[in-house]
This record gives sequence, structure tokens and C-alpha cells, in this order.
Amino acid sequence: MNWVWFHRLGSPPHFFRIAGRMIPWFAWLAAITGIAGLIGGLGLAPPDYQQGEGYRIIFVHVPAAVLSTTAYAVMASAAAVGLIWRMNVAHAVAASSAAVGAWFTFVALATGSLWGRPMWGTYWEWDPRLVSELVLLFLYLGYMGLRSAIDDTARADRASAVLALVGVINLPIIHYSVDWWNSLHQGHTLLKFGKASMPPSMLVPLLLMMLAFTLYFGAILLVRARGEILRRERNARWIGEAIGAGS
Amino acid sequence: MSARTPIKVSPARAGWLLVQRDLRLGLRRPGEWLQPLLFFLVVTTLFPLATDPQMSRLRDIAPGALWVAALLSSLLALELLFREDGQDGSLEQLAVLGLPLSWLLLAKTCVHWLLTGLPLVLVAPLVATALGAPYAAIPGVMAALLLGSVALSLIGAVGAGLTLGLRRGGVLLALLVLPLAVPVLIFGARATALAIAIEPMAAPMYLLGAIAVLSATLAPLAAAAAVRISLE
Repeated sequence: MNWVWFHRLGSPPHFFRIAGRMIPWFAWLAAITGIAGLIGGLGLAPPDYQQGEGYRIIFVHVPAAVLSTTAYAVMASAAAVGLIWRMNVAHAVAASSAAVGAWFTFVALATGSLWGRPMWGTYWEWDPRLVSELVLLFLYLGYMGLRSAIDDTARADRASAVLALVGVINLPIIHYSVDWWNSLHQGHTLLKFGKASMPPSMLVPLLLMMLAFTLYFGAILLVRARGEILRRERNARWIGEAIGAGS
Repeated sequence: MSARTPIKVSPARAGWLLVQRDLRLGLRRPGEWLQPLLFFLVVTTLFPLATDPQMSRLRDIAPGALWVAALLSSLLALELLFREDGQDGSLEQLAVLGLPLSWLLLAKTCVHWLLTGLPLVLVAPLVATALGAPYAAIPGVMAALLLGSVALSLIGAVGAGLTLGLRRGGVLLALLVLPLAVPVLIFGARATALAIAIEPMAAPMYLLGAIAVLSATLAPLAAAAAVRISLE
């Protein structure tokens, strides 16, 4: 297998160029699928027979929740690549992914809480799902806190990469521990979205929204990674050529 | 200097020497490792004062009070783990010794647990009884705290390595370690609750043991990586 493309991605100017070329694709596709998903979800899909119109928040909530873990996976993979191959670009991607992932986690928690008020009768329930999502938010905040506490970029990269990887080992443990924990307390587990139990008129907009969120994540990740690379390489000569500034 | 041949020390011997050295240094400064213990006692005293001091009510909050206090106490103690050796350069000497750093850090963490984790286990009968636990529950409470405190020390070593030498280390350390300690807290409190209710506590104990073994296996590796990065 030819690994040249992989090593070339490790070159900041090359990555900067490729990322710049890919951003419009991600952004436009995200906009198209997002608009289609919103029209389908908010307009065309029928109201739920049990929850009425209130269920429509899932078209934001579920994609945000999925992306909150995807962003962690991206962050940890990039951190591992950066740690193993000492690839500066990978560290920039990991750093860019953290804040976006934390924001998705917050959105998932906030929308879930808003939905919980009319449906469960409470904004917050010590339900395993909610707690594991909250711990994920704390992991993101710890990662960003460690990064901002270390002044030297190279050291911050490597230290936060170790933390991100330790967090990965912990994610399934958190997941199963809170599952198990739940057997003690009887929570509100009446309402569950079974995938097969959802009619296509709701499922298709949901899948469209998930695709839109993923594409949006890709676009925003690349924008942020480009910014991070600019910051790191601010003294390099290629920057001037890349952004077309006269010397 | 050609006259001096390098001293060959096996990893096991080096680990044992390090354990002896750290124990001796620790025992000479009892104030340092007594503080987390006192903290544990004071915090567990606060719970009855802040809530209803009826024994039946206390028994309900006892597992939570015990474990939150143990977690905070272990967090407080973590600053002792590498700080001294990081400041005087001993840690750098360990890193360039040519022996596996993870092994040496495991030895250091063991001593740290002996001085800050084990005392909590030893005073647990007192605290648990004061919080309304029946005498029959004491062995179970101690066993859960034994496994849990081992895991907490090992997980904390990673955080201590990452924040080594940072100015704002203390609060950051809490932010890094507490999310990672959530499973220990959950299973530990669950096992303690079952012990106090005199019910079989095998299931959470197995999981607590699994976490302790897993962190004994992986945490020293991560801690060694973290310490090396911090020493760069």
C-alpha cells in the first residue's frame, strides 16, 4: 500500500491547500442536506401520536449527540497520529476538534434538557445517558484546560494527546458503568427511540440531519485546523504565498 | 571516568530501592501524608452536620459521603506524588536511568498509595460506623475502599504526570482526574451501599477489581509518557 498521500498530508502547506479546497464542498453539501432535513423534519414529517410536535427537537438533538462522540473519536485518532508520527498537522486537527466536540456535547445536553421538560416533566434526570454525556463534556473541558495551561505548543500537543487517549479507554467504561448503575435506580426509560419503530417520514429527515451535521463538522473542523496551522506556522515563508499576501 | 563501571541494577531491585527511599522520605514528613487523611475525616464529619443527623438517614448517604470524601482526599494527595521529585530533579534522573520509567513510576505510586490510600482504608471502619453502618458491613466497606483507592492512586498518577510543573496545576488536576475517576466512584459507592445493606456485593467488587487491574496495567504507561512529556 502506498502511504505517500498520508505523509504528504503531514506537510502543513499541502494540508492547508487541500483543506481549503475541501471546505466549500463540505459546507455546501451540509447546507443542502441541512435545509432538506429541516424541511422534512419540521414541515413534512407528521406529529408524533404521543409527543405531538415536541418530538421534532430530535432532528437537532440526535445528530448533535452522535457528533459529540464522533468528534471525540476524531480528536483522539488525530492525537494518536500526532503522538506516534510526531505529525504537527494531526495535533492541529485534534486541537480544532475539541472545542467543536464540546459544543456538540453542550447542544445535545441542552436540547435534551429542553425536550425533557415537557416529556419527562424535568429538565434533568440522573439517567445513564445524560450522565455519560455530561462526563464527556468534562473530558472535553479537561482536554481544553490542559491545552490552555501549557504555553509551549509542542508540549501542550503531546500532553493533551496522552489525556485524549486515556479518555478513550475510559469512554466504554463510563458507558457500561452508568448502564450498570441504572439497575439501582428506576429512571424514566419509558421513552426510547427504536430505530426500526420510526416511520420513514421521520427517519429520512433524521438521517439527512445527521449527514448535514457530519458535513458541517467536517467543514468547521477544516476551517479551524487551517486557522490553527496558520497560527503555528506564522513565521514560515509558505504562508505568504498561500494566502497571496505581498511581502 | 573509565575506572567506574556502570552499576547494573535489575528493574526489580531498582523498584524495591525506590520503594524504600520513598517510604523513608515519606515517613520522615508525616505532616504531608497525614493531611489528606485528616481532610477525609473532616469532610465525612461535615456530611452529618450539613444533613439530617438521624442514623437511618445517615446510613443512606454514607456510601456517597465516604466515596466523595475519599476521592477528594486522593485528589488532594496527588500533588505530593511527583512535585518534590520533579522540583529537585530526581524524576529526571529516574527518566534517564535506562530502566522502564513506567515500572519506576508504578513503584512510586505504590508508596504513594501506602501513605495516602491505605490510611483511608484503615480509618474507614471508624467513619463508616459513625455514619450508621452496621458492624457486619465493615469488612465489605474496607475491601471496596481498598480496591478503589488503588485505582484512584493509579489513575491520579497520569493526571499528576500531565500537570507536573504547571503553575495552575491544582485545579486543572481536579478537572483532568475527576471525569476519569467516575467509574471508580460509581462502583465503589455501589459496593459500599450493598455492604451497608448486608447484601451480596460481588458484582460491583468484580468490576472495581477489574478497574484496579486495568489501571495498574495501563496507567503506569500513560503516566510515564506524561512525565516524559512534562520533563522535556
